[in-house]
Amino acid sequence: MIPTNYFLILSAILFSIGVLGVLTRKNGITIFMSIELMVNAVNLTFIAYARQYHSLHGLIFVFFVMAIAAAEAAVGLAIFIRLFHHRETIDVDEANLMHW
Amino acid sequence: MLDHLGLIPLLPFLGFVLSGAFGKRAGKAFVTIVALSSVGLSAILATVAVFQYNATYPDGKPLIDVVGQWFQSGGIGADIAFRLDHLSIIMLMVVTWVGFLIHLYSVGYMAHEEGYYRYFAYLNLFLAAMLILVLGSSYLFMFVGWEGVGLCSYLLIGFYYEKDTAAAAGKKAFVVNRIGDFGFLIAMFLMFQHIGSVDFTKVTAAAASGGLAPSVATAICLLLFLGACGKSAQIPLYVWLPDAMAGPTPVSALIHAATMVTAGVYMVVRSNALFRLSPTAMAVVAIVGALTALFAATIGVAQNDIKKVLAYSTVSQLGFMFIGAGVGAFTAAIFHVVTHAFFKACLFLGSGSVIHAMSGEQDIRKMGGLHKKIPITYWTFTVATIAIAGFPLFAGFFSKDAILAAAFSTPFNPGVGKLVWLLGTIAALFTSFYMYRMWYVVFHGEFRGSHDQEHHLHESPATMWIPLVILASLSIVGGFLGIPNLWEGRSVNWIERWMEPLFASIQGHGTGLFEVPPFQEITIALVSTAIALVGFVLARKLYLNRGLATDESFEQKTPGLAHTLQNKYYVDEGYDAVVIDPLNRISVFMWRVIDAIIDGLLSLGAYTVAAFGDLMRFFQTGNVRNYALMFFLGVVIFLFVYV
Repeated sequence: MIPTNYFLILSAILFSIGVLGVLTRKNGITIFMSIELMVNAVNLTFIAYARQYHSLHGLIFVFFVMAIAAAEAAVGLAIFIRLFHHRETIDVDEANLMHW
Repeated sequence: MLDHLGLIPLLPFLGFVLSGAFGKRAGKAFVTIVALSSVGLSAILATVAVFQYNATYPDGKPLIDVVGQWFQSGGIGADIAFRLDHLSIIMLMVVTWVGFLIHLYSVGYMAHEEGYYRYFAYLNLFLAAMLILVLGSSYLFMFVGWEGVGLCSYLLIGFYYEKDTAAAAGKKAFVVNRIGDFGFLIAMFLMFQHIGSVDFTKVTAAAASGGLAPSVATAICLLLFLGACGKSAQIPLYVWLPDAMAGPTPVSALIHAATMVTAGVYMVVRSNALFRLSPTAMAVVAIVGALTALFAATIGVAQNDIKKVLAYSTVSQLGFMFIGAGVGAFTAAIFHVVTHAFFKACLFLGSGSVIHAMSGEQDIRKMGGLHKKIPITYWTFTVATIAIAGFPLFAGFFSKDAILAAAFSTPFNPGVGKLVWLLGTIAALFTSFYMYRMWYVVFHGEFRGSHDQEHHLHESPATMWIPLVILASLSIVGGFLGIPNLWEGRSVNWIERWMEPLFASIQGHGTGLFEVPPFQEITIALVSTAIALVGFVLARKLYLNRGLATDESFEQKTPGLAHTLQNKYYVDEGYDAVVIDPLNRISVFMWRVIDAIIDGLLSLGAYTVAAFGDLMRFFQTGNVRNYALMFFLGVVIFLFVYV
């Protein structure tokens, strides 16, 4: 059986890639995809532990995370559509109205 | 009616509410009806109450109508209660009926004014407050009315508030009255401390039983008298009254001549038991009264504004009333309040009629020869002039003579009494002189105004001359209330018998009532008559044919004296220099320096917070990725610290 640690390391790598993506990318959609990456890295951790401890709790959690992520994606995409209507771009650096 | 004395002040108050709330929209007819009917009804109710009282209490026992408890705290308390006795009845009748006449007059006088409803609302409120003042059964409840009339006086002096002088005069009256009110308040505190009550009955009983230390009585009396000085315009607080003439003329007649300014005299007479305990306080009252009477009368000689002459005359006559109170002739003081209300209201309303005819002109130098143009005003004014000058058989003669005769033969401080009599007699000479001077300058000689004014000269409407005629008649017959007792046996002096129940006998003192011997009475009456005649003859000689030339030659020969008199002895200037200027300086110092320090300290705190906020603002870049980075760093730090 593949040791649990391998899954955790993979999860950590995926999460870090996601963080880097959020911090470095300007395109709203790309940032969004990076967030999904982070969410799924966490999901992987849940599943890895669920397998190790033979517990259903982790699996149920994953379902919740996926449902919430879907809802979040719907809201986020709607925001970006409105943003595009206003600004003709989804570059997040352009959306700085709350600037001091 | 005797159980509902509260209705008497309540009706004018309702009139105030109605006129004040709806008068602007409802129009002049509505205001006129409300104002006249509320005051008229109140006067009728008052009269009914007086008749019922006379039938119920022929012995003059006071009637107390308690409406309810006002407050009770620890050992002290006060009721909302009205008191009807022989003193308040006299004041009640004068206030309601003279008040009604002046309301009636105002309908004509104010007909073309902008703030018609405002004027009548204030005037009704004034009457309500004045009625509380005279009907209240304790010093504290009286003080409610006392402050109320002060407020209305302020509002009505400043009625023409667009004029700076009127607004300033209102403020001056209010501030000067505060000084007097301070004395009144402290006196009440002393009463609470030493007597435990401010109820008239209890205070009088405490004073009459001799349970009050003389020093305490003196302190209370002097403080009360300070209050009376403020309200009744005596030295040193008289300065507001001449300025108060900035208000409409009927207001000067009602508030600043007939009723409100006599409140101080009423209060002193009300406190007669206390005052009789303290010869010192009595002497102070008499001397202040005499000095005021003479001082104001001399100023009146050199004034050229018709209302200013009358204002100084009022101050002077109030001085006479205090002479009466101060020598123990409380009845004579109240008698003079009554007759003065008649002839001075008549004079002021007459002057209003003259001003009305002259299209608003108040300077007597621009008048002259008016007797043919406005005959009713002329004749009523003449009667009132004769009355105030103290010609025999007119109202002022009896009351002024009663005061002067009492001053000459008083058992309280006889030395002071003689001095006060002398000063009063000289003041009476000046009174006669300045009144006839004005009379000649205004009504006789040639017309000196502009052509337009001459063209507009007209007699006033009926609502204005009817009150004049009534008041003039009262100025003739009013004096018969107090014919001196020149014959042995049956007393013909109605007012003296009427007032008798008010003077409780004080243990260890005389009753406070004293008889002037008939011979002395006659001698002093003759002296007063001679004095009035001398004033008249002098004025006739100087002003009948020569007119203003007399004033001019007086000014050329003795410019120093003339200017001093014209400028009222520079008292206002003196107060400015001694009191007002230093106060202003202190205020400016407080504002510019002390205030700046306090503000600076507060501002320092505010600026520190603001500066910190400015610093923190730079974190709000508005850039989403910056926020994300900070969030990320925050999580990392959190993990390092806590995990």
